[in-house]
Parts: sequence; structure tokens; C-alpha cells
Amino acid sequence: MSKVEKPDYWQKDLVQGRDLRELTTLNLGPTHPATHGIFQNVLTLDGEIILETEQTIGYIHRAFEKLAERRPFYQITTLTDRMNYCSSPINNMGWHMTMEKLLGIELPKRVEYMRVIVMELARIADHIICNTIIGQDAGATTPFLYVYQWREKIYDIYEEICGARLTTNMGRIGGWERDFSELAWKRIRNIVDELPAGLKEFDSMLLRNRIFMDRTVNCGPIGGERALAYGFTGPNLRAAGVDYDVRVSDPYCSYQDFDFIVPIGTSGDTYDRFTVRQQEMKESVSIIRQALEKLDKLSDKTSIRADVPEWVLPPKEDVYSAMEPLIWHFKIVMGETEVPVGEVYHCVEGGNGELGFYLVSDGGRTPFRLHLRRPCYIYYQAYPEMIKGGMLSDAILTMSSMNVIAGELDA
Amino acid sequence: MPGFVVKAERDQLVKDRMAAFGEKVTAISQEADLVCIHVKKEAVHDLLKAMRDELGFAFLTTCCGMHFPGEAQEFGMVYHLHNMRAGHRIRIKCRTTANDLEYPTVTDLWPTANWMEREAWDFFGIKFKGHPNLKRILNMEDFPAFPMRKDYPLEDPTRQDKDDRYFGR
Repeated sequence: MSKVEKPDYWQKDLVQGRDLRELTTLNLGPTHPATHGIFQNVLTLDGEIILETEQTIGYIHRAFEKLAERRPFYQITTLTDRMNYCSSPINNMGWHMTMEKLLGIELPKRVEYMRVIVMELARIADHIICNTIIGQDAGATTPFLYVYQWREKIYDIYEEICGARLTTNMGRIGGWERDFSELAWKRIRNIVDELPAGLKEFDSMLLRNRIFMDRTVNCGPIGGERALAYGFTGPNLRAAGVDYDVRVSDPYCSYQDFDFIVPIGTSGDTYDRFTVRQQEMKESVSIIRQALEKLDKLSDKTSIRADVPEWVLPPKEDVYSAMEPLIWHFKIVMGETEVPVGEVYHCVEGGNGELGFYLVSDGGRTPFRLHLRRPCYIYYQAYPEMIKGGMLSDAILTMSSMNVIAGELDA
Repeated sequence: MPGFVVKAERDQLVKDRMAAFGEKVTAISQEADLVCIHVKKEAVHDLLKAMRDELGFAFLTTCCGMHFPGEAQEFGMVYHLHNMRAGHRIRIKCRTTANDLEYPTVTDLWPTANWMEREAWDFFGIKFKGHPNLKRILNMEDFPAFPMRKDYPLEDPTRQDKDDRYFGR
């Protein structure tokens, strides 16, 4: 607290050389309902104005990078689930694609479009969580209760695809573990048909709501240049007016086949972050719709993986009746499949920014080193600068609009 | 640097600029996905500055520590830079020995390097000269080791089944 410089306007309040004002130190977190995760911010306040913030993170650090050095490659997927758990399928697919890049596996188009569908569903779920929580923190509880039903429906789809709702561990290196069921396809089609109306409802509740705008416009702003210097990516960077989207700049998983808009904001404040996410959800719905159309046009209606028996577990009945599948089953479970020596960096557009995997392989059974570029770990350090000089209540809104996910932050 | 040039031209631009560093750039290699520049530690700050200001690699994607036990140059830093206008990424590696673990900080070039370098300090014990707040970030303040070093055991040391030999090394 001693390092805080006294603001200029204090000079006016000096009475007989005595300083009548006092600073307050406030612990925002580590556990506080408004921080939506375990982060501590020690705020130095002058009344309600924030002068200085000291951040402490690492409360749920689980050493994923170290754990990954002792796990066969296919087991690392479960670690990625637990990073940004609001959109775990994107993390899963990002990891599979990193491995496919290292191994040089090319996937059939059908598999890639199925991945696109799941990743865009995850993006919608992620944005629903973030945007409804902005509403919640601004005092609008309705979206948090009503729009959340769409997230539930998306989780129902995950459940139908892989059996889990939150930590999905979905797909395998080289493709999918099984085809989507009829029910899963039906649910995907339903959500594409029904979600736009739900989003419109959400828009009509908050987008031009006077109270909401008063609370969020010019709250926690950051300019494009500053955002780039702080390593912002994802919706937060786009809200600051920089049209950087990994899906467009480094297309992966056939994103180049899709036609979509990258929405950008201008001032990088909470309102822009909110609107960019709102628009992105609509684009995601459109991408899913395009993917469904493309899948209908494909002559290939069955392939669910590339020809990589060394990475995808064979069907159980084959394991019991044939030799080759039995050998592969054993080798996969024991982590004995060959991996080339090499390094790759692969990134995907996660729910909150560029999620990167820097994988160094020395040919061993596990990665030699796996560095995870977690987007919110990188941009959360700009938080003190964004809330400095603002009100305490704005700090809460700014944090929820940045979509900082504790699991990813602390990895 | 012009916005859109073909990949070969972009790589050539980088190579031409790197020639000015003479023998401080020890190698330029094409790895599986990216061009990688190996640089000596005394020139890493100048090289990154040139990358940022002259070649348009204005975005620091990530930087992380590395540990290669048993090698003469035991520790390393890897920087991933991104030229967003040209859509060009590059990897820069800088290795050092175990008794010279101080790198120049790049927080003056990119404020975002602050936490990345703190992470490298926290997990590898790599120091950064000129860093404004070099202390542990994810581990507790009085943690007794640098846990991402390869000699730090992940498992309970009494366990017999997690021998390094079973992991192909």
C-alpha cells in the first residue's frame, strides 16, 4: 500500500497539512461469488475508486504441464478438459489436432465437419455462460436462468456424443471414438433451428437495455494496441477492434470451407465484449448449419476416423476375435505406439482466445515438454490496468466480461 | 514489412535480417511447422526487438522455459512470435548453461511477457534481468524447488512402477 502514489486531487483536501483521507485495502476473493472462480485481487481503494490492484493466482494449480510429461499422449486429453471447462470440446479437439500435426495425419472431411459442429456448439455454450454472467453481475438475473437452458441442451448433445457433460474427453487422436447417434444429430438440428430465436430473446433483453448499457458502456475499456501488447486474443481482442481470429488467420479443421463474419467492436469495453460474443454465437449457429449442409452433400456418410489403427481403440468385438485389433488395443492401452521426434505449435480459437499447444516430442512414450498457451492466463494480467481509476462495481463487471476461467488460468 | 507476401519471401526477409547478427545467430532451421532461429543469449533481446520493430512480429504468442538435463546448454527459453498482418509465425530458441540462468527480460517490449517470465522463474528457476516483479506465480511463495525441471520427481519417489525407462528414455 505504501507504493501507491497519492492522486493529484488529494492536494485540495489537505487541512492544516494533515491528510484527512484514508485508503482502504479490500480483498476481492479468493472465494467470492462475484469473481466466478478462485482469484484473489487485493484492491487499494480511495472510497470506491480503485487505485491499485495486486493479483494472486494459482489457487487451483494442478501442474498439467508436469503431469503431461508422465502420460501417454492419448491420456492428455483428460487434462485439457479441465482447462477451460466451459468449452472443453474445443480443448480436446485442439489437443487431437496438435498430435495429428505431429504425426502428419489427414482426416476425412466428414470427421472435420463433425469436429467443427462440436467446437462451435462449445463456443456457443462458453459465450452463453460468459454473457449471462455479465447480465447477472449487472443485476439482470433473468438471462442467467432462462438462456442457460440452451447450454443445458448443448450439454445434452455432448452427453449423447461422448457420455459426459462437462469434462467431455471427446474424440480421439485421428478421429472419433464412435459415430454420432441419430438422437445426437436430431438434437443438433433442433438447436440450429431453435437457438436463433433464443438468442434474439437474449438480445432484446440486454442489448439496447438502458440500464445495462449505462452499466457496461465504457466499463473496463482497453484499446487495440494495448490489448495486443498484453497478448489479448479471442473475443476480448476483437472487442478492442482487432480482427484476429485463429479460425481465419490459421485455418484448421476445414474452417476455410465456411463462410462467417468475424465481429469486432471499437472501444474494448464490457459492452463491446458482450456484443461481440452475442454476434459470434449467431455466426456459430450459421457455421453449424453450413456444416450440416456440407455433411448432407458429402458422399461419405460413414467414416469417423482417419486410417490410424495405432491411435484409435478398435471395436471391442474385434479385439476378442482378431489378432491385429488385439495387438493395437494392447499397444494403445500401454502407450507403446511410435511417435516421431519433433516440435509443433498448434493453436485453435478457444472460447476465450488463442489456445496453443507447444509440444516437444523426443520419440518417447510421453511428451518431452508440453507448454500450454492458455489465453486467459495471458490476458488476465491486464486486469489491474483495465480497472484502475474505475469504480469497484465496474471491476466486477470487467472481470466477468473478460471470461477468465480459473481452471485455465491456473492450469 | 508489406502485409501479404508469400511464405518463401517472408522467410527470406527473416534470413536476410538475421545475417546482421553474424555468429550470434547460431542456426536457422526449418522445423516441422515453423522456422526456428537459434540465438545466443547476449543477442536475444536485440533480436526480439528487431523482430518486433523491423520484421513485424509484433505479437508475442507465448514464451516458456525448457530443461534438457545432461546437455551442456541445459536450460532454454522458447519464444513464439506472430506477425498477424502477414500471417507468419516464428520460433526463437535461446539456450544457456545451468550456471548462467539470467536472461534479459522482454517485458519492456511486451508487457504480456511479465507473467510468462514469472512462470519460467517459478517452474524452471530462470531469472530475468530487469523484470519488474520476478516472484513465483502459480506455486506458493516458499515452495522449495523448481518443479518443471526434469530432476523434480512428479510421483512419490518410493513408487517402483513409474520408472523413466518405461517412458522410452
